[in-house]
Amino acid sequence: MVKVEERDKFNDHLLASGHTACPGCGQSLAARLVLRAAGRNVMVVNSTGCLEVFSSKYPESAWEVPWIHSLFENTSAVAAGIEAALKITGQLDRVRVIAQGGDGSTADIGLGAISGMLERGHDVLYICYDNEAYMNTGIQRSGSTPYYARTTTSPPGKVSRGNWRPKKDVPQIALAHGIPYVAVASVGYPMDLDRKVRKALSIRGPKYVQIHVPCPLGWGTAPERTIDFARLAVLTGLYPLYEVENGELRALKIPKKVPVEEYLKEQVRFRHLFGKEDRKKEIAEIQGIADQNIEKFGLIVK
Amino acid sequence: MKITLGTVTHPGGSRVNKTGSWRTASKPRFNHQACVACDVCALVCPEGCIFGTGQNTYYANEDYCKGCGICAEVCPVHDIEMIPEAGEDG
Amino acid sequence: MVKGRMLQGARAMAEMCALCRPKVISAYPITPQTLIVEELSQIVADGDLEAEFINVEGEHSAASVVLGAAAVGVRVFTCSSSQGLLLMSEVIFNIAGMRLPVVMICVNRSVSAPLNIWNDQQDSIIMRDSGWIQLYAENNQETCDLLLQAHKIAEDHRVMLPAMVCCDGYVLPHAYEIVDLPSQAEVDAFLPSYDPIYKLDIDNPTTMGAFADPEKYMETRYMIQETMKKSLSVIEEVARDFGSSFGRSSYGLFEKYRVDDASTVVVALGSMAGTIKDVVDELRDQGEKVGILRLICYRPFPKEALYEALSAAENIVIMEKDISLGGSGAVATDMRAVFYGREACPRISGFILGLGGRDITVDDIKTTISKAQHQVADADFVGLKEDLELEGING
Ligand SMILES: Cc1ncc(C[n+]2csc(CCOP(=O)(O)OP(=O)(O)O)c2C)c(N)n1
Ligand SMILES: [Mg+2]
Repeated sequence: MVKVEERDKFNDHLLASGHTACPGCGQSLAARLVLRAAGRNVMVVNSTGCLEVFSSKYPESAWEVPWIHSLFENTSAVAAGIEAALKITGQLDRVRVIAQGGDGSTADIGLGAISGMLERGHDVLYICYDNEAYMNTGIQRSGSTPYYARTTTSPPGKVSRGNWRPKKDVPQIALAHGIPYVAVASVGYPMDLDRKVRKALSIRGPKYVQIHVPCPLGWGTAPERTIDFARLAVLTGLYPLYEVENGELRALKIPKKVPVEEYLKEQVRFRHLFGKEDRKKEIAEIQGIADQNIEKFGLIVK
Repeated sequence: MKITLGTVTHPGGSRVNKTGSWRTASKPRFNHQACVACDVCALVCPEGCIFGTGQNTYYANEDYCKGCGICAEVCPVHDIEMIPEAGEDG
Repeated sequence: MVKGRMLQGARAMAEMCALCRPKVISAYPITPQTLIVEELSQIVADGDLEAEFINVEGEHSAASVVLGAAAVGVRVFTCSSSQGLLLMSEVIFNIAGMRLPVVMICVNRSVSAPLNIWNDQQDSIIMRDSGWIQLYAENNQETCDLLLQAHKIAEDHRVMLPAMVCCDGYVLPHAYEIVDLPSQAEVDAFLPSYDPIYKLDIDNPTTMGAFADPEKYMETRYMIQETMKKSLSVIEEVARDFGSSFGRSSYGLFEKYRVDDASTVVVALGSMAGTIKDVVDELRDQGEKVGILRLICYRPFPKEALYEALSAAENIVIMEKDISLGGSGAVATDMRAVFYGREACPRISGFILGLGGRDITVDDIKTTISKAQHQVADADFVGLKEDLELEGING
């Protein structure tokens, strides 16, 4: 047997092993794939959240590229400052800037700063790792939590069926800024994700990429099934993968419609919708969201 | 240990965390029989601890493998199996 | 002949800022700081300063933009007031913890509610615990001089802490005074370009903003505390350098005015010292041994130097434009701590004046001084309108 260290010498992961994400964490995988696509000539700004915490406990950094964390909601403003400094010092032709954070930092507390960064036209790629709740603080609802999902602050109860509002559509909000590139990707489709990140980084100006990342702990899913659930979200139409480049929409087609139950039924966060006759309505509503997406994005070739 | 100004630190530090010790139940076994070197196991490993250079060469660095089982789940030729942590007979 | 030009304070500050050659500027308008932002925008728009001026969507982002730029290793500048500074507060603490030598001007203004756009020093005083060096100016000339020194102090490798220059809103930036600004060559000679110890760099990657567990966090705070203490001598050193470079005195930690044989010493920050000096002169003419110590450096609080300077006094009379509601004035609290348990024990009285732009009159100052000579006062409000009925308090 070759010694492990020797065999690992071709390990060039820019998000290194030894980070402390939960087993099966979709976000840690997505972050590594993003850096794989981005390469070494990037500076990464990270919001407070799971990704930051599991990768940067002093002095055990998992980041092989220049990386900075400031606060929960100011990531895009910090990135804007970095971009401005790179620009004025003539480094912007060889360094790309990535701002990244969770769905809470993106859809909720950091949205104003993101909007400012997009509107001002900074040459920054913003990446949202969408695990659909505030996972770092223990699975509280975010604006990106899906309809009827259980979180610790949207619990089902006598008068509640879980999260009472559908997901906030941040990619469309990003698009409304008239930026050159917006894409939705999924950790279940790594090569599509890879292509979108490379594409985004090849474009000058503000870009927004949102990546669906299952969270075994927060969703109540088996760690080994992270990729499965990510794919099911896409195959049901609940998480349409698309990109809009200079106004032109392209969506990843799905072969045939998978009913939303297939996606929902094995996740603890949706368990309260099953086993009771009177919960059919909620599932039908979720199916309605999927059907609408299929229609809107032309997900199925007719 | 030194505490730097602003806790500024350098890459690579996380590697001291041998997260392999987290495994409680099972770990992957690469059967090296049907492998087509598609590289998907390595691509989707959240730890980035699976490596290989060709057919039937893939392995997981057990120092870091947390035993999540994604590799076994995604292997298109079912050449990876999750086996009890203590070994096959354990 | 008087050297200098007749300039509006804000214009002078903006020109001084530009002379320091910041590479990235970000700020958000708020009265009474707005003029500085406008002047700076014009200077950049005219091509007189090669800098990125980032028009952000709020102060939290303004502070964050300069944080990010400073992390790349360039000199930066921001400024704010009141609500803007409070909105920044999370980032203000963050910048200090990350040991980034950001420099800003705080144009002092009261804090809402009720909304009030006039001067007191509550806003910057709230930030006293943040790990920023705080320097308070008496006039526009000094604001400019301190701004130049602030960059040098903050970027000193023995310090590596952010610095805030505070000037009284309206009273200074809106006033026209003769200000003597140095030439670019003089500034360049005094303030070399920023040489960061650490920065974001693709050729030498660093991780900045790592989190610290309970085994390490406390040391990071201790490091700032100790550095704060050491920076007192750097502040004095830079002030001396400034004096010899520009032939204009710069007082360093504080200015003593007729203090040495004084039995009663007023302590105050900022522009109100001007009026107090006049009162001191008048009382001296009447034979009273009165002086004023104008505190410039409030953080770090120069404990030993103040003990030395004030231990011969019988009465220390603190006049301040801030209040820790439910407690006392911040400066009075700090000053009492300097003398507690020490050999010298002057009587220390604290007075609150001039909140929300309330005039501080010569009479106010005189009655305050004479009151303090007879009894100890704590957070006594001076200048309240007696004809007002205060619901729930009287009437
Ligand atoms: C201003 C502020 N408010 C609240 C928090 C607490 N907090 C830290 S991370 C977090 C949730 C993060 O959620 P998300 O952005 O979705 O990232 P995730 O952890 O799910 O990856 C919260 C609420 C904070 N750090 N700062
Ligand atoms: Mg989240």
